[in-house]
Amino acid sequence: MNAPAAPLLQVRNLRVEFPTRRGTLLAVDDVSFDIAPGEVLGVVGESGAGKSLTGNAIIGLLEPPGRIAAGQVLLEGERIDNLPYERMRRIRGAKIGAIFQDPLTSLNPLYTVGRQIVETIQTHLPLSAQAARERALDLLKQVGIPAAEQRIDHYPHQFSGGMRQRVVIALALCAGPRLIVADEPTTALDVSIQAQIIALLKRLCREHGTAVMLVTHDMGVIAETADRVAVMYAGRIAEIGPVRDVIKSAAHPYTRGLMGSIPSMGVRSARLVQIDGAMPRLTEIPRGCAFNARCTEAGERCFRERPELMAAGATRAACWRHDTGGVGAVRTKEAAHA
Amino acid sequence: MLAFILRRLLQSIAVLLTVGIVAFFLFRYVGDPINAMVGQDTSMEERAELREKLGLNDPAPLQFVRFIGNAAQGKFGLSYRTSEPVGRLIVERLPATLELALCAAIFAMVVGVPMGVYSGLYPRHWISRVMQAVSLIGVSLPTFLIGILLILVFAVMLRLLPSFGRGDTVALGGWTTNFLTVKGLQALILPSITLGLFQLTLIMRLVRSEMLEVMRTDYIKFARARGLSDRAINFGHALKNTLVPVITIAGLQLGAIIAFAIVTETVFAWPGMGQLFIQSVQFADIPVMAAYLLLIAFLFVAINLVVDLLYFAVDPRLRSNVGAGKGAH
Repeated sequence: MNAPAAPLLQVRNLRVEFPTRRGTLLAVDDVSFDIAPGEVLGVVGESGAGKSLTGNAIIGLLEPPGRIAAGQVLLEGERIDNLPYERMRRIRGAKIGAIFQDPLTSLNPLYTVGRQIVETIQTHLPLSAQAARERALDLLKQVGIPAAEQRIDHYPHQFSGGMRQRVVIALALCAGPRLIVADEPTTALDVSIQAQIIALLKRLCREHGTAVMLVTHDMGVIAETADRVAVMYAGRIAEIGPVRDVIKSAAHPYTRGLMGSIPSMGVRSARLVQIDGAMPRLTEIPRGCAFNARCTEAGERCFRERPELMAAGATRAACWRHDTGGVGAVRTKEAAHA
Repeated sequence: MLAFILRRLLQSIAVLLTVGIVAFFLFRYVGDPINAMVGQDTSMEERAELREKLGLNDPAPLQFVRFIGNAAQGKFGLSYRTSEPVGRLIVERLPATLELALCAAIFAMVVGVPMGVYSGLYPRHWISRVMQAVSLIGVSLPTFLIGILLILVFAVMLRLLPSFGRGDTVALGGWTTNFLTVKGLQALILPSITLGLFQLTLIMRLVRSEMLEVMRTDYIKFARARGLSDRAINFGHALKNTLVPVITIAGLQLGAIIAFAIVTETVFAWPGMGQLFIQSVQFADIPVMAAYLLLIAFLFVAINLVVDLLYFAVDPRLRSNVGAGKGAH
């Protein structure tokens, strides 16, 4: 897919490191992608694949000692990864909104939701207290809070989990950001509410023309919501492409494994596929392709050289199977360990 | 809310009655009060008459009821030592102790909270490390040593501040105050620091650890993601969330400051209740000791009640949960 001429967000060769006593951990390694205005990019992967860290790096809230070691993040063509704290703060909330995993703990328990929304609005927009409150009320209605006039003066503990996540979405939207980084926005919610929240997020972002980076480990959510999807594995992007193509004809063996693990209502007899083994620890990423130990199609080359993203049908995948050179002589797992 | 206050009031009364029993037994069984009241050459008949007159031959429960009844009206009898009414002795001494305790508490809060906030926000900064080290000294040095060291430096060596007494006081009705004269205020400085230093370090360490905790929470992270200014995050969101435990400890410590002003008052010859208590112990002046005991208990209970009510002002979750008993999560 050709990105439009002016992508909203560009991530270029992003590298996030964690200095530890036993050496530097490379948590995000050479990750590049674009998000177009109004586009929903799903970022999927197992725990520890680096997807949340990528999101945090974009909004400039990596928790120390984690740091951006290399690469660039550009918003509307301007670098934002090296801004001073105070300038980045003005971008957060105003141009990039964020939603985190747990709506139960994202709101300050001691203030009414109205106060928290008004406070955020007034931080970024030159509105009077009265106008900000009206805007807050309007936002609460938009995110579907019933009886918003009363609820605006309620405290977070008086809302259910789903309602709180709606408030969090209102907070993320309240200064009209161009991009929302949503980090597992539905993981902590009941399954019945997850779909509502995802639908709400999708609808609001379409109405406001807001782009979304949707970080999740739930392939189902991605399939429903995203325009494009990036599959992350061990800190790198394994495959990226339009969501239909990635689901229908995944080019990376890992992506295929992920797709195989989604239960399907139609195919009753098929057993769910599971990927053997676990993602390598960040300290023990093997030479060559990080997935080589779990891959059923790995060849000799996969243990020697690291594949970069390359064209693979409709998507781009980091797999030697799509290189003219191929994977080389097939090696079994036993041979690899010998 | 009202039910809660009523419940706490009943609990408070139960606590005071218990302390009353202890005070009563002090009266009854620490020596014979008749011996303390009369001279050596008083005859046995006179003693028996006095015993009958004071009601000391009545059954113990009756005496206890009478004791509590009198105590509730502030009547604790005559001091064995000075033969003055105990109530008047205590009321004379109360302002000195309360003013000292108030100054110490304000000193501890005004200095301790900002220090705690700073070292909680920047735990790795060298200033924070220095404050941690100093607070360790504050926690571990005994009060009398701090007082004596302060006297040595500021009164003896530098000759800046008085080393004992209240200085000049002004009487406002029955209340003598230090706050209206320069000398009175000067006299307050060293004892207040001595008395407040331990509480200061305690509050600082508490605020620090609470701040460290709160700064890690999701709602602080989310507040950052909302682009709020550091000031709004640190003071509007983080500090307020540390207040419940800080109020608890500060309240309990205010009671402790009043009760344990004894040492500081002794070191600085401060004419407060603590000094009165020490003198009473030396003379086995049981009415004064019993009254002191009850008064301190009353202050503790009253402060605790206020602290409980302050929770409601700070934390909205409590306001709506009082009836239901459990929080809705």
